[in-house]
Amino acid sequence: MIINQIYYSQTNTDEIMNDSTKSNSSSRRDFLSIFLKGGFLAWFGVILYPVFKYLEPPKAKEEKVSQINIGKVEDMPKDSGKIVKFGKKPVIVLRKPNGDYAAFSAVCTHLDCIVQYKKEEGQIYCACHNGRYDLNGKNISGPPPAPLEKYLVAIKKDDVFIYKDAG
Amino acid sequence: MMTDNKLSIKKKIFNWLEERFEIQELIDFAHKKSVPKFRETIWYYFGGIALLLFVVQVITGILLLMYYKGTEDSAFESVQFISTKINFGWLIRSVHSWSANLMVLAVIIHMFSVYFLKAFRKPRELTWYTGILLLFISLAFGFSGYLLPWNELAFFATKVGTDISGEVPLIGEFILKLLRGGEDVTGATLSRFFGMHVAIFPGIFIVLLTLHLLFIQRQGIAEPEEWKTMPKEERETIPFFPNFALRELLIWLIVINILAILAVFFPWELGVKADPFAPAPQGIKPEWYFLGMFQIFKFLPAQVLFINGELFGIMVFGLAGFLWILVPFWDSKSSSGRKNRILNYAGIFIIIFFMIFTTLGFILD
Repeated sequence: MIINQIYYSQTNTDEIMNDSTKSNSSSRRDFLSIFLKGGFLAWFGVILYPVFKYLEPPKAKEEKVSQINIGKVEDMPKDSGKIVKFGKKPVIVLRKPNGDYAAFSAVCTHLDCIVQYKKEEGQIYCACHNGRYDLNGKNISGPPPAPLEKYLVAIKKDDVFIYKDAG
Repeated sequence: MMTDNKLSIKKKIFNWLEERFEIQELIDFAHKKSVPKFRETIWYYFGGIALLLFVVQVITGILLLMYYKGTEDSAFESVQFISTKINFGWLIRSVHSWSANLMVLAVIIHMFSVYFLKAFRKPRELTWYTGILLLFISLAFGFSGYLLPWNELAFFATKVGTDISGEVPLIGEFILKLLRGGEDVTGATLSRFFGMHVAIFPGIFIVLLTLHLLFIQRQGIAEPEEWKTMPKEERETIPFFPNFALRELLIWLIVINILAILAVFFPWELGVKADPFAPAPQGIKPEWYFLGMFQIFKFLPAQVLFINGELFGIMVFGLAGFLWILVPFWDSKSSSGRKNRILNYAGIFIIIFFMIFTTLGFILD
């Protein structure tokens, strides 16, 4: 009986010892596997990073334009609109029926198309998706989610200047 | 004597190849190939039609590359040059444009026929997934190729299309810049689209197409649903070689003729050169396969349920597209051979929905 017990306890210890070496080796294997997989991922990242960075275009140099002269007051007939270049940005200049000038970014706030002045309706109109703005640049119908960005107009001696709204 | 000689040359070539590649196995395999003969067999030809049109695209595309210049200053002029100064340039360009449209049409018909015949079910899920990817790349081919002539319509269609991708949450901004090569649609966009159109997409397309065709060869063509409950002797098939192949060839001839008629009598227009400082012209339209979606975006208000209208559109289309792609995954009835009516209704609904909005896109302006 006692011998039996000794025998059992002996085998138990053996098993425990076996288990611990096993778990030792398996944790070593786990470590190696994580190390290798992690290393592979890192290596892959190192390769992909420059590719992704390469695809990202550099920031285009903003042409520093603070104002443009678009001509004499009387050059533009009343109740008309035209698009002018403000640096690289298109700007729509309006001469309202009462003779006042107004200027807005010509880029529709919906999906980036270029807007135009619709004389018959007295509105700013985007042909892409039927977006409409009033003559203050406010979105009044169709899908545009926001008003057009405002530009300032100043008339110095008979010349019409367009400024960027600093605010 | 002559025929003997000829035969022996044929035999010699065969033996030479057989010794090296064991081609008899392939010939035996080809002999065994068959196609189910039933009332829907006609739909089995559309994959082949898409394949033919892809080959036409590759050939005419390479020909156009001989003269096309992919820069902002010369793209429009080079296409004009191809259309007016090069012998048959107008024809090659017209065939390329028409074939692109017919190819997308064939791919879409192919997809719906696979959908309604439930050919995507187990074990053909991967054929469906590669097919869906091929459809997406076909659309991407169309979208990128549309810009290459650098005309007004394409310029604004690209502005709108890429701007929509910018609305995708989190990664939108990155995708937008990646596609445009900057903040706006410029010459940088043209360079990128050109590169994608002639190098990246063809490369990916060929790999996926090879897999798609390999899967079909390995598993055999899908059989109709009702065959599962039908006794074997009632199942009618036709041999792939020569019966099906010859019929496909005949259909290819018809398609080539249709293509020729369209290309010659309705040559593709070039339009006006793109001007980033001119207002969007009235009636800008994308290609017909984007027209339905374009029209829905026109109808969407600025705000839907507290979120941006475009974002709402993207989310709805994204979710619907995602469910559509994963149809082999969630359609458990079909994979166990039972009929799934809801699936058919959903398919019919989608077809009618897109037909209505595409028609509206053509009519309304």
